[in-house]
Amino acid sequence: MTNASFRGTSDYIASPDLQAAVNVAVSLERPLLVRGEPGTGKTLLAEAVAESLGMRLITWPVKSTTRAQDGLYVYDTVQRLYDSQFGEGDPADVAKYIRLGQLGESFAAPERVVLVIDEVDKADLEFPNDLLWELDRMSFHIPETGETVAAKQRPVVIITSNAEKELPDAFLRRCVFHYIAFPDPAQMEQIVRVHHPEVEEKLLRQAMEGFYLLRELDGLQKRPSTSELVDWVQALAVGGIDPDTIVDELPFMGVVLKKQADLDIARRHMAIRARRAAMQQERG
Amino acid sequence: MFEGLFTALRDEGVPVALDEWLMLHEGLERDLHQSTLSGFYLMSRAVLVKDEAHYDSFDIAFARYFSGIEPAGEAMDDKVWTWLHANPRFLHISEDQRRRLDEMRDQLELDELLEKLKEKLESQEEEHHGGSEHIGTGGTSPFGHSGYHPGGIRIGGQGRWRSAIQTAGERQYRDLRTDHEIGSRDFGVALRRLRQLSTRLDGPATELDVDDTIRQTADHAGQLRLSFRRPRRNTVRVLLMLDIGGSMDDHIMLLDRLFTAMHQASHFRDLQVRFFHNCVYDRVYLHPDMNPRTSESTDHLLAQVDSDYKLVMVGDACMAPTELLAPGGAIDYQHMNEIPGAEWLQSLEDHFRHAAWLNPHPKRWWDTIHGAYTLGIVRQIFPMFELSVDGLDQAVRHLMVRR
Ligand SMILES: Nc1ncnc2c1ncn2[C@@H]1O[C@H](COP(=O)(O)OP(=O)(O)OP(=O)(O)O)[C@@H](O)[C@H]1O
Ligand SMILES: [Mg+2]
Repeated sequence: MTNASFRGTSDYIASPDLQAAVNVAVSLERPLLVRGEPGTGKTLLAEAVAESLGMRLITWPVKSTTRAQDGLYVYDTVQRLYDSQFGEGDPADVAKYIRLGQLGESFAAPERVVLVIDEVDKADLEFPNDLLWELDRMSFHIPETGETVAAKQRPVVIITSNAEKELPDAFLRRCVFHYIAFPDPAQMEQIVRVHHPEVEEKLLRQAMEGFYLLRELDGLQKRPSTSELVDWVQALAVGGIDPDTIVDELPFMGVVLKKQADLDIARRHMAIRARRAAMQQERG
Repeated sequence: MFEGLFTALRDEGVPVALDEWLMLHEGLERDLHQSTLSGFYLMSRAVLVKDEAHYDSFDIAFARYFSGIEPAGEAMDDKVWTWLHANPRFLHISEDQRRRLDEMRDQLELDELLEKLKEKLESQEEEHHGGSEHIGTGGTSPFGHSGYHPGGIRIGGQGRWRSAIQTAGERQYRDLRTDHEIGSRDFGVALRRLRQLSTRLDGPATELDVDDTIRQTADHAGQLRLSFRRPRRNTVRVLLMLDIGGSMDDHIMLLDRLFTAMHQASHFRDLQVRFFHNCVYDRVYLHPDMNPRTSESTDHLLAQVDSDYKLVMVGDACMAPTELLAPGGAIDYQHMNEIPGAEWLQSLEDHFRHAAWLNPHPKRWWDTIHGAYTLGIVRQIFPMFELSVDGLDQAVRHLMVRR
């Protein structure tokens, strides 16, 4: 197996740390667990990896009700019952009622694919534990048909987490881990440019300044992330806002801060700032 | 290989499991670090560290193992790091050199120290080419280049990334640690720990599981088989009691916000918040302004809240001994308490099946701080945890233990 080489894509900026983590995970054939604040590009990473390695992407979005079994296969008993009651189809053929889940599909694929298990921490605590065996062996058994689904090529597995819950140690031990740190201004600028290549230099600078100012406010419930800045720059550009007013007036603040309590904090901050500026002016 | 790194990590409290250590060696064999130190830094971190809260400890351990100088973030060290960066071949030093370096650190001015380092490097250069222990070229040392050493690391070259040691020395992940006092920056992490205050797992199976009912029914050829599961609703109820009016107001209000945020996300079945000043007596307050008109008798409160509420006390527990032990000791002099505070605390503890006390003072101060005497007594009444993210985590675990 040659060593992988992921360097980001034209649409996705990956830091050297992240590149290294991806490449180590791909080469060692271990799941890559990426954690980071919301909006730091975890989900997008899987797309970028698939694109850059030329592999198909299979997405398994996890919800609070998702069970590990759902990713392996579902046995459509209702359809079978229906068929047997109403004499449609052939209920004796059990295999017909077995549908592979995303994990199953990624094993069954003839080529090597990228599987993203998105937001693993949404599910119950047992969810990751229930997946351990299958992720290790990359195979599982379907008792209903007596069939075994085994990976022809171990898929590249990317698991994302918002860190809502802690994950079990046994699970963590098997993963390669990367924490996507919040981008520093230089990297942030690159990211925004990927999305808005045409953006005016001055507007971008002022928007960044305003954004980091808002983000650093004390006591925010949800600190704004990359995607909020990307949207904000768009709003500012479309709204034809004069760049010189951005930092002072913070227009379209609701695009950046989503919680009412956070907006209140920001407004208080602006009021204080305005008062100070006025006092300064009085003093001359 | 690199057992020293293993030890250094353990000393810094980064847990490394055997599988992870083996994974690292597999990576080394496959040259996934591309024979560079920066590559090794990134690979070992990705494989060995599973929590960003440990990134900082990892950096300390890594830098110490590879350089013998502990990064302290002080100006002097910054300069040393820069210097080391410019002279990467000095990055590996022997035990003996390390000891001498440590001695020098105390005795010499920075410039002198750098001078000495330079001398060492020069003498090493003359003496150790082709050697097996020190840095050089053409030897079997794991460091340096053009030499052979399985899994060896090339220092220098590949200037694309900054020196790993320097990166490690900058300790840019310090803010992600979870063993420092909680501040508003930690809100998100703290909230995550708090989310474990939730019952998904206990409680009887009382909710009809439709999917499984259908499945079971089908499996039994159409005979109805009902299947039940545990409800997913959080059944945890919390009574939060906050010490207000002390020097710890910021922390206290943060905790108030934290629990409220958690509650808003409908995570608790009920959240009750009460306030007290230094210690609980016969009345508790409904608001932080401690207005007696919006107070309630402690007995009344205890009659209202079941023993299955989780009691979370927050305060520094530092007060005058009389405040805790004497009748009439309450700090607000218009308030005459007949029963000493300690007894009130004990009744609270007795009433609830689960209780924990969070103390904003770091644990390492508890024995010596001004007020250690009362803190010690309160600690005998309540299990006490420090108000760091880690402490919160332990407290939550304690509150969730089944009794
Ligand atoms: N490194 C990056 N390069 C390019 N765009 C990025 C990058 N990081 C974030 N973005 C932008 O931020 C948006 C959010 O990214 P994404 O949905 O992948 O975040 P996430 O970490 O999965 O968030 P969540 O935890 O909320 O699911 C992307 O659609 C993209 O616009
Ligand atoms: Mg996502």
